[in-house]
Amino acid sequence: MGSGNGSEPRIVAFLCRWCSYAGADLAGTSRIKYPPNVVPIRVPCSGRVDPQWVLDAFEKGADGVLIGGCHPGDCHYVSGNYKARRRVALLKKLLTQLGIEPERLRLEWISATEGQRFARVVSDFVRELKELGPARVMSDR
Amino acid sequence: MPKRSDTLSHSTHHSSPVTHHRRRIGAFVCHCGHNIAGVVDVKRVAEELSRYPGVVYATDYEYMCSDPGQDLIKRAIREHRLNGVVVAACSPAMHEATFRRAAEEAGLNPYLVECANIREHCSWVHDPGEEATRKAIRIAKTMVEKVKGNMPLEPVEVTHVDKCLVVGGGIAGIQAALDVAEAGFEVILVEKSPTIGGHMAQLSETFPTLDCSQCILTPKMVEVERHPKIRLLVNSAVEEITGYIGNYRVRIRRKPSYVDPDLCNLCGECEKVCPVRVPNEFDRGLSERGAIYIPFPQAVPSTYTLDEETCLGIKPLICGKCSEACEPGAIDFDMQEEIIEEDVGAIILATGYDLYETRALPEYSPDDPDVIDPLQFERLLSATGPTRGEIRRPSDGKVPKTVVFIQCAGSRDPELHKPYCSAICCMYTAKHALLYKHAVPDGRAIVFYIDIRAPGKGYEEFIHRVMEEDRVLYIRGKAAKVFREGEKLVVRGVDTLSGQRVEVEADLVVLAMAVVPSACVEELARTLRLSCLDENGFLKEAHPKLRPLETLAGGIFIAGAAQGPKDIPGAVTQGSGAAAKAISLLSAPCLTHSPEVAEVDEELCSGCRVCAPLCPYGAITVEEVAQVNELLCEGCGTCVAACPSGALTLRNLGDEQLGAMVEAALAELGPARAAVGVKDG
Ligand SMILES: Cc1cc2nc3c(=O)[nH]c(=O)nc-3n(C[C@H](O)[C@H](O)[C@H](O)COP(=O)(O)OP(=O)(O)OC[C@H]3O[C@@H](n4cnc5c(N)ncnc54)[C@H](O)[C@@H]3O)c2cc1C
Ligand code: SF4
Ligand code: FES
Repeated sequence: MGSGNGSEPRIVAFLCRWCSYAGADLAGTSRIKYPPNVVPIRVPCSGRVDPQWVLDAFEKGADGVLIGGCHPGDCHYVSGNYKARRRVALLKKLLTQLGIEPERLRLEWISATEGQRFARVVSDFVRELKELGPARVMSDR
Repeated sequence: MPKRSDTLSHSTHHSSPVTHHRRRIGAFVCHCGHNIAGVVDVKRVAEELSRYPGVVYATDYEYMCSDPGQDLIKRAIREHRLNGVVVAACSPAMHEATFRRAAEEAGLNPYLVECANIREHCSWVHDPGEEATRKAIRIAKTMVEKVKGNMPLEPVEVTHVDKCLVVGGGIAGIQAALDVAEAGFEVILVEKSPTIGGHMAQLSETFPTLDCSQCILTPKMVEVERHPKIRLLVNSAVEEITGYIGNYRVRIRRKPSYVDPDLCNLCGECEKVCPVRVPNEFDRGLSERGAIYIPFPQAVPSTYTLDEETCLGIKPLICGKCSEACEPGAIDFDMQEEIIEEDVGAIILATGYDLYETRALPEYSPDDPDVIDPLQFERLLSATGPTRGEIRRPSDGKVPKTVVFIQCAGSRDPELHKPYCSAICCMYTAKHALLYKHAVPDGRAIVFYIDIRAPGKGYEEFIHRVMEEDRVLYIRGKAAKVFREGEKLVVRGVDTLSGQRVEVEADLVVLAMAVVPSACVEELARTLRLSCLDENGFLKEAHPKLRPLETLAGGIFIAGAAQGPKDIPGAVTQGSGAAAKAISLLSAPCLTHSPEVAEVDEELCSGCRVCAPLCPYGAITVEEVAQVNELLCEGCGTCVAACPSGALTLRNLGDEQLGAMVEAALAELGPARAAVGVKDG
């Protein structure tokens, strides 16, 4: 599937519950508008995000994947975000090999007080994905 | 193992596909009045869900969290024999607990209930219409997939330690320690300086009643010292906190004081012979002290302290004069630093505040000796202070005839300094002006202010009394510059009421500096592994309105100015409040721990040991195969994502489950059905 017909980019966001999910909540409470292209999935920590999930999402037609975690040093579980950072670095290489632009995967630190930042990250990501156009579906290779 | 109480058959391991097929899910779409229904076509969301595999019942309602809304869910659970529920409504942070409790009352395991966040993450951030509705449908379907894979779970029961740690011995920490101890629980009170009392000990008289600060504070300090349930550790810092609610382990480092408090009789001979003279912190540099000193006469514990850093040398001993002068032989140069480990059930953080440094405001000539901070002025006003309560300016000891007070120094200045209001400066500045006028009746007191904030009980009246009865001149406007011209300081500013430039000569200038969090709180927050500081560095509450005394870490509470600038009544109220929270935790017969933790499939585990070092809580041990201690596991899932054999899983957020959720998040949706009528615009 995928947004093959040039329509709006589709994004899955894995948001850690302590910071980024709460930051997205704050964007809501503060009524900060951003494009509706993202479906958030709450995870305990950015460290829970299995690289396989990201590959899966691209295979299922995502044009972009956002991973949101706490700022360095602030992870509720001490260091899950550092592990996420390392995994994302490797994943980006892997994506390149698979013919998927690495910019389609984003790791962002968004704290519970950064509603504004969450909205901005999503808006920027959507804009960039529009420029990139729809993702090549992995299984099409 | 958690007890599980579902009639469904399931394996002890991963959520199995068998479970998926058997779920009979009810979907409940909330209007939240206009909050959701004004943007999202809730009827269509319900209708889409009703046709989604696994959903046997779907409906919408005005307010799901209301009693009738909850009844509707309970009734549907019974009537439709639901074994899974998705409530598409607000953020789970708001009402997950509400809906889970309701479901439990209807006999459904609460872990089979999930919230789909279509308010904060959808209707509040998007324009009304098709796109928002489609997103809401996707979010709700994602959560249906999650519920399909969820297992019924029972909370893990945990025993707890009956002890409380209080960090910070200001008035907030003192009040908290006394309340917890009075309820019969042991308290460890850790204070970094040589005495408890905090900033309140430095104050002269307190607004709005003008009681003498030390007179109302010291009896409480003595009570702390005498209380059989309180163990007081001064000169101490909490180095590490590990564990979890009810079972924290803390490591405290106590610096040696080199004086045995039981032998010290406060004669003061030691300080007289000490050759060292350094600025006295308690008088904020307006007086000097020896390397051996007592911060103030009523310090608790009541003993002199030897300050290693300024002493001429302890190891090897270079001077030793104090020891020769000490008749009772209280000085012990062999005293060692101590590491103290304690297990506690609850923790109260009351680390207080500091003042923003005057150096940050170069336009006010902060290096001039007659430009001082407000705590220095408190010391000048105090009978125990460097001038015995006579107001004399630091440069030449003369009584100042004109004193200018500058409010909001560093506060309410988002561009350059602190964006927030420091909350207490209007009040203490009025107090300062009043006390000055009482001490120097022919003197002039001038206050520069932006506006006056006096919302406390009796506060407005106090300000009026100062303005009218005591003839203090209030100039509305911010002072732009302070500079010296010979004998005098000149304060230049604009009176925004008249639009006139004003310039006044002053003998002494007091800068009402912004209140900032205590310097070491950041480090403390780090040990707590908690995103527990707000954007200004104060301790952050779990909810700004409804959980103001809690942090996100269970069993860790906050009190006093560490949470934000506040006056003494506010600090005391929070101290008592945090104590009540700790007491209710400590007196619970047993605590519960979330069962949504990691689990090992022993058949799949190869014993490779990748997981164990990744766990920040040391919850995994590996012998033949890995084992997870479910009391220590906090459920972050880092190990799960790393396990190469797929043997680890996180209960109720397994890989298979997540795959289905991602699929639902991305799936194509059919066009809107004309019959339902899509709201647009
Ligand atoms: C100039 C001035 C005048 C004031 N006048 C008044 C008044 O008239 N009336 C009024 O109601 N309020 C007044 N206040 C406010 C008052 O000072 C505070 O409300 C009160 O002191 C707050 O108490 P606290 O216990 O929260 O913090 P603090 O008094 O700051 O105490 C915190 C304690 O924690 C200790 N500590 C900090 N970090 C650590 C750590 N990591 N480990 C161990 N210990 C630590 C500190 O050493 C300190 O002892 C005034 C404030 C100022 C600046
Ligand atoms: S999920 Fe794994 S890594 Fe995280 S706390 Fe539990 S056992 Fe440790
Ligand atoms: S909890 Fe937010 S990144 Fe770990």
